[in-house]
Amino acid sequence: MKTRDEIRFLLNGTEVALSDIQTGETLLDYLRLRRRLTGTKEGCAEGDCGACTVLVGRLSGGVLRYESVNACIRFLGSLDCCHVVTVEHLKRADGSLHPVQQAMVDFHGSQCGFCTPGFVMSLYALWMREPGPGEQAIEKALQGNLCRCTGYEAIVRAARAAGEISSVGDPLVEERDSVTSRLAAMRDGARVEIGEGRERLIVPANADDLAAILEEEPKATIVAGATDVGLWVTKFMRDIGPVVFIGGLEDLHGIEEADGMLRIGAGVSYTDAFDLLSRRIPALGALIERIGGEQVRNMGTLGGNIANGSPIGDTPPPLIALGARLVLRKGGSRRTIPLETYFIDYGKQDRMPGEFVEAIELPLPPEGTRFSVWKVSKRRDEDITAVLGAFNVSVENGVVTSARIAFGGMAATPRRATAVEAALTGRSWNADTLEQAVAALAEDFSPISDMRASANYRLVVAGNLLRRFFLEGVEGHVPLMLSRHEAA
Amino acid sequence: MNKHQAQLDRKRISGGVATDQRHDSAHKHVTGEAVYIDDMPEPAGTLHACLGLSTVAHGDILAMDLSAVRAAPGVVDVLTASDVPGVNDLSPTGLHDEPVLAEGKVHFFGQPVFAVIAETREAARRACRLAKIDYAELPALIDVADAGPDAPLVTKPLTLLRGEVEIALGEAPRRIRGQMRVGGQDHFYLEGQIAFAMPGEDGDVLVHSSTQHPSEVQHMVAHALGVSSHAVTIEVRRMGGGFGGKETQANQFAAIAAIAAKRLKRPVKIRPDRDDDMTATGKRHDFLIDYDVGFDDEGNILAADFAYAARCGFSADLSGPVTDRALFHCDNAYFYPAVRAVSRPLYTNTVSNTAFRGFGGPQGMVGAERIIDEVAFAVGKDPLDIRKLNFYGGPGRDTTPYHQTVEDNVVERIVAELEESAAYARRRREIAAFNKNSPVVKRGLALTPVKFGISFTATHFNQAGALVHVYTDGSVHLNHGGTEMGQGLYVKVAQVVAEEFQIDIDRVKITATTTGKVPNTSATAASSGSDLNGMAAQDAARQIKTRLIDFAADRYEVPTDQIVFLPGRVRVGNQEIAFDDLIHQAYMARVQLSAAGFYKTPKIHWDRDKGQGHPFYYFAYGAACAEVSVDTLTGEYMVERVDILHEVGRSLNPAIDLGQIEGGFIQGMGWLTTEELVWDKKGRLATHAPSTYKIPLASDRPKIFNVALADWAENAEPTVHRSKAVGEPPFMLGMAVLHALSDAVASVAGHRLCPRLDAPATPERVLMAVERVRAGQADA
Repeated sequence: MKTRDEIRFLLNGTEVALSDIQTGETLLDYLRLRRRLTGTKEGCAEGDCGACTVLVGRLSGGVLRYESVNACIRFLGSLDCCHVVTVEHLKRADGSLHPVQQAMVDFHGSQCGFCTPGFVMSLYALWMREPGPGEQAIEKALQGNLCRCTGYEAIVRAARAAGEISSVGDPLVEERDSVTSRLAAMRDGARVEIGEGRERLIVPANADDLAAILEEEPKATIVAGATDVGLWVTKFMRDIGPVVFIGGLEDLHGIEEADGMLRIGAGVSYTDAFDLLSRRIPALGALIERIGGEQVRNMGTLGGNIANGSPIGDTPPPLIALGARLVLRKGGSRRTIPLETYFIDYGKQDRMPGEFVEAIELPLPPEGTRFSVWKVSKRRDEDITAVLGAFNVSVENGVVTSARIAFGGMAATPRRATAVEAALTGRSWNADTLEQAVAALAEDFSPISDMRASANYRLVVAGNLLRRFFLEGVEGHVPLMLSRHEAA
Repeated sequence: MNKHQAQLDRKRISGGVATDQRHDSAHKHVTGEAVYIDDMPEPAGTLHACLGLSTVAHGDILAMDLSAVRAAPGVVDVLTASDVPGVNDLSPTGLHDEPVLAEGKVHFFGQPVFAVIAETREAARRACRLAKIDYAELPALIDVADAGPDAPLVTKPLTLLRGEVEIALGEAPRRIRGQMRVGGQDHFYLEGQIAFAMPGEDGDVLVHSSTQHPSEVQHMVAHALGVSSHAVTIEVRRMGGGFGGKETQANQFAAIAAIAAKRLKRPVKIRPDRDDDMTATGKRHDFLIDYDVGFDDEGNILAADFAYAARCGFSADLSGPVTDRALFHCDNAYFYPAVRAVSRPLYTNTVSNTAFRGFGGPQGMVGAERIIDEVAFAVGKDPLDIRKLNFYGGPGRDTTPYHQTVEDNVVERIVAELEESAAYARRRREIAAFNKNSPVVKRGLALTPVKFGISFTATHFNQAGALVHVYTDGSVHLNHGGTEMGQGLYVKVAQVVAEEFQIDIDRVKITATTTGKVPNTSATAASSGSDLNGMAAQDAARQIKTRLIDFAADRYEVPTDQIVFLPGRVRVGNQEIAFDDLIHQAYMARVQLSAAGFYKTPKIHWDRDKGQGHPFYYFAYGAACAEVSVDTLTGEYMVERVDILHEVGRSLNPAIDLGQIEGGFIQGMGWLTTEELVWDKKGRLATHAPSTYKIPLASDRPKIFNVALADWAENAEPTVHRSKAVGEPPFMLGMAVLHALSDAVASVAGHRLCPRLDAPATPERVLMAVERVRAGQADA
């Protein structure tokens, strides 16, 4: 195995090679403290406010793609062979502003200005991706950016106006070919190894290399998107070494459909999964749009959302309801388990030392079943779930033939509602059955009260989501839910 | 052609008053070039501080073992209360109830107990976690609802009284008593607290502080260091948001940085992590409001009796004036024939609450709007009709609970125009029809007014200073006591000066606020920034103009009334002289081209003991109409449309003012909807980061958002160019959303029961209100 002892990336126009980095060193600290690129701000250090938004470009199947990310929880070790673009890169050599920046000035999109570079970068990512964005696209692009001054209206006006301006003179458009070849030249297929013991930082060359590394370092922290592990460092000051960064492993990025099943590699980000999922299982696509903000969806992975075992992870309940299986790998051997058995208890999962989540196998719901998933949170977007319900029910001739129902936020792990399922299965699909099923929720769950919701609210909402699922089947003509964008 | 020909032909300057000027730093904001304190280059040897916070809500410190902290890598020093060289107190009102570092006892979970100074910020943060402190825990009062009748107060309460309230309540045909909870709010300025102290010679210290109140930081730092004020200079170019959260809360950080910098003779910076910032700094006060309202069958309010209990936290801070201002706004825009309002500023074992946009006024007004709702539901009328019925009016209906006469009332006109432009009546009918056919999703509509009193209620704060220099090339240096936190104060004051001299705004250099240039300033707060500093800067400019006029009159032998400042030039009798030329001539003739300006607000006075006076120079008015839809299965909601009509007098800068209105509205909406502060049983703030504390996002703003300035408005008082304050008043326009939600909830039982929807109206509170109202219907 070829190894090298430095992380290489392109920072704006400059090539960087670093061998003196800490396991938990963030991109934001590197930019601000070591490079004095202070345009990128720290607002929260947990990936929620977006003041630290930068773009990261990477080659995906040979094509250069830029995505917005939160520099505050992005580790330097995860940037090998990437292009990091900060706000300092946007202004033209003659001093004139980029269209996105000019629009923000013209439409009074800044007041205190502290969040502004982050907004500019999120809008820049949108502007590159989608000329003339609609309201929905703008709001989605800004889900991960907080502004406390403007009330956003001026920023949205600026986003609309910037969309009208062409990309002539844009640095990333002009540099596209040269950046592509510079990044390609960095990719030498080597494993990156820096430091030893608890200071050890590894970027495997590929998935097989990862398997080998974990056999040797079974206690290593595995970092994919870092949207959770990032906070271990910035908030809990935890040492995460030895650490293995797997976000860049292309052989874990596969997402394909075959034989009525989707196979999703553990390194597939929410953003990468979105297109296919929203086409094949629209309810899941709609849910993904409410996970984190754009930056978090660009970093976070479905594999990580499962592997970390959170009781309020958003994807496990629908995946459980859909009957997903988890492919775990240790060295050269693999085992496949039903996803629901992975979650043993709070903080405890069915994953052996040295084992890692390699893929998720997701059966597509067959004809005749109805699948819905709803997330309820204090704030609609970029919030952590209070209650999440996923319903996968088949009804034949008015009788429930199968029911897989799972909830998040109701117990120490994402879990099936077995009593509810039993109350439905084999029964007539009517209001009486529904109410008995709602009553059975109390057998399945004794939720807790916390800062997100009271136990009572959680139980009432869980029951009401079940009622919504029922009404959805019978009362299609009246609005059952709020919709932010009518046409969507 | 004369080189000044272009100047001599100009009709208007660029950047004068009443024009849309962009924020002076906009181009620096968007490029990341605007320098905030953490962006400043650090001199070699800079150290970093981190505060060690208490882990109990109330307790005696039995033992403090900081040996592991001191031994941690990179640690240079550890400070405790005994290391404060001067007075260990930061109390802004002189009550000596708020230590820099806790001494012997802690009063809330998260109180700073010690400070670590280390080579890096990370080393300081890591070391902080190694402290071992033993506490003897004491009973803690966290929530005001648990306060007994004799619970201690942090400061003297206030009573406002007019008329025979008991009698009027007793004689009123109808009467309703109730209670309302209204939550607090974290400022969530995007730039957290920060201070950067540089030691100087003779024991002086310069502190870059993200503060709205440099003079107070100066006094507090001097006090804590035990030196005279002249040894301390505070400077702030800009803040990344303030909202009241940097009025007194910057003191602690500046004091720690200054103490450490002097002690170690090295620059010291302190920038708390967001979680520590939210845990250890004060917020908007949450209130428990008891109300008792008497009214007739038409819905005329005859008497109102309010008790406003506030969670003040462990020290007074600004809780006295905040709770006072709540009482000053218990009327909002309504006339109460008889009224009593009492405040109860309660000591609690929580962080000491502080200023926040509106300064108690919003909480006061929410109480007024609740009783309007109660009356409306009781008499079966649209709440808007009850609002209009009870507005202030002419003589006999124009006296406030604090005995000031409302002389500038425009609320009826504002509301009438908004009702029309927002098509209130038509939409009221459409919503009723919609709700009839929609069992799950319900819509709600509300139109609420705002009347907000402008002036610091502590009369002596209503003063300001400015410093204006004109250099020999005609360029101008502007400085004043106001601070820039994003609200656009700097550009507005620069517009005033440009207008005065009739020069383009780019000839006016805006400079950082510093105690060394303009002393003894008031906080940039109470919406007063432009009113006070604009006038002070105008005064400075006028002093210089007067000297220029006298000089020109003398030099050119023309009467002073024949000297006129025109765009870029000055007409002196029959000739015109370029401004720059006149300046040069004046300099050569030894005319002083620098002036210190001053302003104090006229007319105001306030006798707190009597509860009577004229505390406000004028009132600002506005109104908002909000439509929401509510999912009655989950309590989730969406704001469909908001229309706002607000008056700012003759706007100095309509673009900036619109930004204040839009932003203030959204912030007010957030306060009343998703922004929920939760303390756990141990008194620990559970919502101490944006992951758990939810301010509005772009996708929370109204789907349709129409905001207009009243184009006919002008201030009845001679304020700067007849403009009005705009910082705080729009915040309270957010009440329309709370009442629209209440309206939607009420629809599930045919608008017969007042939903008594408390704030923040999270989806949970909305759903519980839906269930309550439905159950009430079942009982009926």
